[in-house]
Amino acid sequence: MVHVSQTPVLALRGVFKRFGAVQVLSGVDLEVHAGEVVALVGDNGAGKSTLVKTIAGVHPIDEGVIEWEGTKVDINRPHDAQNLGVATVYQDLALCDNLDVVANLFLGREIKKGGVLDEVAMEKRAQDLLSTLSIRIPSVRIPVAALSGGQRQVVAIARALVGNPKIVILDEPTAALGVEQTAQVLDLVERLREQNLGVILISHNMADVKAVADKVAVLRLGHNNGIFPVATTSHEEIIAAITGATDNAVTRRKSRSAEASK
Amino acid sequence: MSNTNEASATVPAQATEAPAAAAGAVKVVDPRLLVREQGFKGYWTEFKRKVRSGEIGSLPVVVGLIIIGIVFQLETGNFLTSYNLDQITLYAAGPGIMAVGIVFVLLLGEIDLAVGSVAGLAGAMWAVVGTDIPDSLAIIVGILSGTVIGAFHGIVFAKIGVPAFVVTLAGFLGWAGLQTWVMGDKSTITTPLGSFVRDLTSYYFADVAAAYGLAVFVIVAFYLAQLRDSRRRKAAELPHRPQSEIILRTALLAVLCLLAAYAFNQEQGLPLSLVIFLAILVITDFVLRRTTYGRQIFAVGGGIEAARRAGINVSWIRISVFMISGTLGAVGGLFLASATGGADRSLGGGNQLMMCIAAAVIGGTSLFGGRGKVWSALLGILVIQSIVQGLNQMNLSSNAIQYMITGGVLLIAVIIDSVSRKTQKTAGRA
Repeated sequence: MVHVSQTPVLALRGVFKRFGAVQVLSGVDLEVHAGEVVALVGDNGAGKSTLVKTIAGVHPIDEGVIEWEGTKVDINRPHDAQNLGVATVYQDLALCDNLDVVANLFLGREIKKGGVLDEVAMEKRAQDLLSTLSIRIPSVRIPVAALSGGQRQVVAIARALVGNPKIVILDEPTAALGVEQTAQVLDLVERLREQNLGVILISHNMADVKAVADKVAVLRLGHNNGIFPVATTSHEEIIAAITGATDNAVTRRKSRSAEASK
Repeated sequence: MSNTNEASATVPAQATEAPAAAAGAVKVVDPRLLVREQGFKGYWTEFKRKVRSGEIGSLPVVVGLIIIGIVFQLETGNFLTSYNLDQITLYAAGPGIMAVGIVFVLLLGEIDLAVGSVAGLAGAMWAVVGTDIPDSLAIIVGILSGTVIGAFHGIVFAKIGVPAFVVTLAGFLGWAGLQTWVMGDKSTITTPLGSFVRDLTSYYFADVAAAYGLAVFVIVAFYLAQLRDSRRRKAAELPHRPQSEIILRTALLAVLCLLAAYAFNQEQGLPLSLVIFLAILVITDFVLRRTTYGRQIFAVGGGIEAARRAGINVSWIRISVFMISGTLGAVGGLFLASATGGADRSLGGGNQLMMCIAAAVIGGTSLFGGRGKVWSALLGILVIQSIVQGLNQMNLSSNAIQYMITGGVLLIAVIIDSVSRKTQKTAGRA
């Protein structure tokens, strides 16, 4: 996957966010193109979740610019993000256990005909959606409670796609999954890319990141700490960027003395 | 009643092969899945599987009704009569309508303990203001008082965050007090002659054609709706109900409806109370299963966080559901007033509240939220009223025995609910 569009679908430029006394994000940049999987990595507290929530409209940004297809936009509410075409799949999935797969997929976006739920159209659309993503679940008419963890995850992702988004944010999609199920979810991520969607993937699992991502954006203590192309970057370099092994008193002193000697 | 397409949709049998086929093959089915066989053997295996995995729905209550019928018939010798059916429906309408409101609240996983007191207060309001203003206006005042009280419960619950249990417990006492206060120094106000409330439980469509007409209308409407649904699903290449199943279901319904119509015609005809009760059931069932609003109620009952993320206004759903419960409680109150001949201080008191909650739960609506149908109010209240009627006939109408038996039935219903929930969990269905 090399061919990406020129203008990024979503671009964050110099984003700042502060919660009380804590500066969570300071001047973060991020670009996501169509048909590109960007992995967002960083240690706990690096600001990954906050960054994602600013894009999803949960927390409005304090300073900086969010650009959507090249034009500046304001995202103040989750609604704004959804209208632009940002779909977020949170770690806790948030599916209604008692409702069946179709009802969950269309919850809040039901297809109606004359004010009445059009179950047939929804079921048809659900089957089409699941089959284009090669998702196999027992039946679209069983309660979500009856599905396995991996199946729930793919249903949650499919649910995000019902509104035809351009950017899909996946928060730790493989965190609680087994080997087989993780592979299924990663397959699904690749299929999202094939459909020319931009994907932001938050993960702690370097193997997953290396497997599907095109770009790795590393956050460290609320700052950008490098954006690496996955193909040419080693595991260790990414880990080093996450933990700050290249950014400590010794290296800073070295760079200062290098500047001074100029 | 109409079990909808969800639960028992058929999958073509040939779809079981080649599970590893490429993407795009819609009908590929995982080989581990239970695919229902065609034909009547298919129903039986499907049925056995459902019972084993705890998806029993209304089965216990139907079995219960049959047992009650047999036991009382053996004890009294003349329980299964048209007279008894008439009496049961007459007294079932009021608590049944209140139970429909309870079903809505239970779907949210909450409880409304004030519904009996609201019914009593609505009766008192109607009777007291009815002495000054026209009857129709007084009825509206009575019903609206229930709506307003429901809104109050809902707002305190949804906006302030007081558990619904506590809010409505306070209401249970408070509105009963207000009822006595509204009644003032009068202990009873008898229903005035010519009041519509009197007709609620005393008017009959005496023409034989009325009962049969309604029965035939219900049967035809059911058949056409099922047929249309099946055709549409077939056209969309979705699993659909085979013609044989639709005919079987319609035939079952037809037998029940025509038998009931025959029985009513043996007595005074089709009771108005039954028509109103059925109308409320059909409307609320439609709202719950076929509208966005109903879907949202189920969603809130199944997972508040998921509902909120889907953009559902959880507070509004909660408040509106309590408003529905209050309104239906008030309507039920007018039926109670009609059946007892007028409003009095104890209207809606006693075991009225427990009867309504018991009816909803006995009928198969889960106490844990998110699962249930309004038809459970009908089935549940039929069970309770049948017991009451049967005991009356055996001259055991004292409250002592009635309370014990109703209490026992409620306990059994809740045990069945809990066990089926547990079985569903172990069978991976909940």
